[in-house]
Amino acid sequence: MNAAWKNVRADFPILDQQVNGHPLVYLDNAATSQKPSCVIDALANYYRKDNANVHRGIHTLSMRATFAYEAARERAAKFLNAAEPGEIVFTAGTTDSINLVANAWGDENLKPGDVILLTEMEHHSNLVPWQLLARRTGAKLRYLPVVAGDTGLLDLAQLPTVLTPEVKIFAFTHVSNTLGVINPAAELCAAAKKVGALTVVDAAQSAGHLPLDVRAMGCDFLAVSGHKMCGPTGVGLLYGRKTLLDAMPPYRGGGSMISSVEYFESKWAPAPAKFEAGTPNIADVIALARAMDYLDDLGREAIAQHDEKLAALAYARLLDEVPGIRILGPAHHRSGVVSFDLPGVHAHDVVTMADQEGVALRGGHHCNQPLMKKLGLSSTSRASFYLYNTEAEIDRLVATLQKISKFFTG
Amino acid sequence: MQDLTDLYQSVILDHNRRPRNYSVLPTANRVGSGNNPMCGDQMTVYVRLEGDRIADISFQGSGCAISKASTSLMTINLKGKTIAEAEAIYAGIHQLVTTGQVAEDDMSDLAALAGVHQFPARIKCATLGWHAALNAAKGEATPATTEKPSD
Ligand SMILES: Cc1ncc(COP(=O)(O)O)c(C=O)c1O
Repeated sequence: MNAAWKNVRADFPILDQQVNGHPLVYLDNAATSQKPSCVIDALANYYRKDNANVHRGIHTLSMRATFAYEAARERAAKFLNAAEPGEIVFTAGTTDSINLVANAWGDENLKPGDVILLTEMEHHSNLVPWQLLARRTGAKLRYLPVVAGDTGLLDLAQLPTVLTPEVKIFAFTHVSNTLGVINPAAELCAAAKKVGALTVVDAAQSAGHLPLDVRAMGCDFLAVSGHKMCGPTGVGLLYGRKTLLDAMPPYRGGGSMISSVEYFESKWAPAPAKFEAGTPNIADVIALARAMDYLDDLGREAIAQHDEKLAALAYARLLDEVPGIRILGPAHHRSGVVSFDLPGVHAHDVVTMADQEGVALRGGHHCNQPLMKKLGLSSTSRASFYLYNTEAEIDRLVATLQKISKFFTG
Repeated sequence: MQDLTDLYQSVILDHNRRPRNYSVLPTANRVGSGNNPMCGDQMTVYVRLEGDRIADISFQGSGCAISKASTSLMTINLKGKTIAEAEAIYAGIHQLVTTGQVAEDDMSDLAALAGVHQFPARIKCATLGWHAALNAAKGEATPATTEKPSD
């Protein structure tokens, strides 16, 4: 770990507070991450010094804003190792990015009889847009199953059975927000390519956590949320291979996405502008680029190792020290997400009680109702770690869960 | 300062561990279900209505201690009541869990739900089963959901 790690906790002012009389232990990072001062400053400084509308202006502030906005696109392209900045479309987040593909690509390219392949572990945001698309086009949904049991791993042995030539698009999550599974994205993309299917990777849980290289992965589209990777809420991006973006019709109409407009017909601007109708989320895009700098200063490989180390420690200690606990997801090679079930205690009660101890967890179905059903659970509690979490916070987690368990089961 | 034993009073813990009237009611002529789409909690309430009186009532489902205990306490308190009486009791419960104020002097063990008002995120848990029961009793076919302004 390099020098940037030295004061990581101090980089996140929000962490330094008491919640219900205890120092905050923030373990809800899979829902959203906290923001370092540099990102908060980037946001504030933009509004303090540079704020103007982009693209259409000639004055100094507008040029400054435009420059910073397009520099953010270059930064994002570099962050993902895209071939060029034109492959980055700024969106409102993962959900928005997936809807963009499902609408702009899907409506044009799918017909009855085609198959949309998903996996059984998808977040509702990588599920419902495809259900809507299937309904619009008559295409069918199909699922790559998760193996039986609690590891939550994809059943890769089933891949040849479900990934047939009727599959036109295969959308899957890189990292599961419920089980912490890291899927073999490159392998899945290669398999899809063999049958001529495009791939959409949901990188909401991986973008700020693992090294990402879209060209090495071989995906066609990849969706990212800024707020889960130290960036602001309300911003994210879609990576798309340039030839695909160029061939797709627009998703929304408005200003900035046209090259010429007449009363009955318009011509579209080339991608990515074609997909960014209206005044974009300038401030948040600029702050997101700052978050990318922050993450790369720490090193994404180092962040991944830190996450995995904490998750492995939490997994082992909870199993050892909290009687009867059922932990979901694989024991090894996992992200920083640890979901569990305390026997006899509903997840909401776990989360309410943990909150009284200053420990922020999440309980519920984690936008993953079909998978919960398959696991025979209606909800789980989830602790999710990120770069600023510590081993001492795992002590607090363990002690809190022991207390809760005792309180409810006596 | 909130205290957990305010929320999880011994009555609540007891009803969570041993929910009363927790079964399918074979003689039910009304069924209501309530679900909370935010968390996946689900309660089904079975009612045998005789005229406008709740002759018998039971429930099943999955939910947290608050929703389970509240529904369990509800079945005890609504058995034998008319729909109008049940609605009046629910109005008192709603006031109790949103403000902590007891509407009537004698709420019996329902008063154990008073702590809920300190935990706004949990109010919907406490009202889930009641919505399902009132929907069932009033013969509304649509499932109750917590995502209603009336919460
Ligand atoms: C795996 C996964 N996909 C998609 C999303 C949706 O992200 P957003 O709500 O930022 O659009 C999430 C967020 O919870 C997620 O965990």
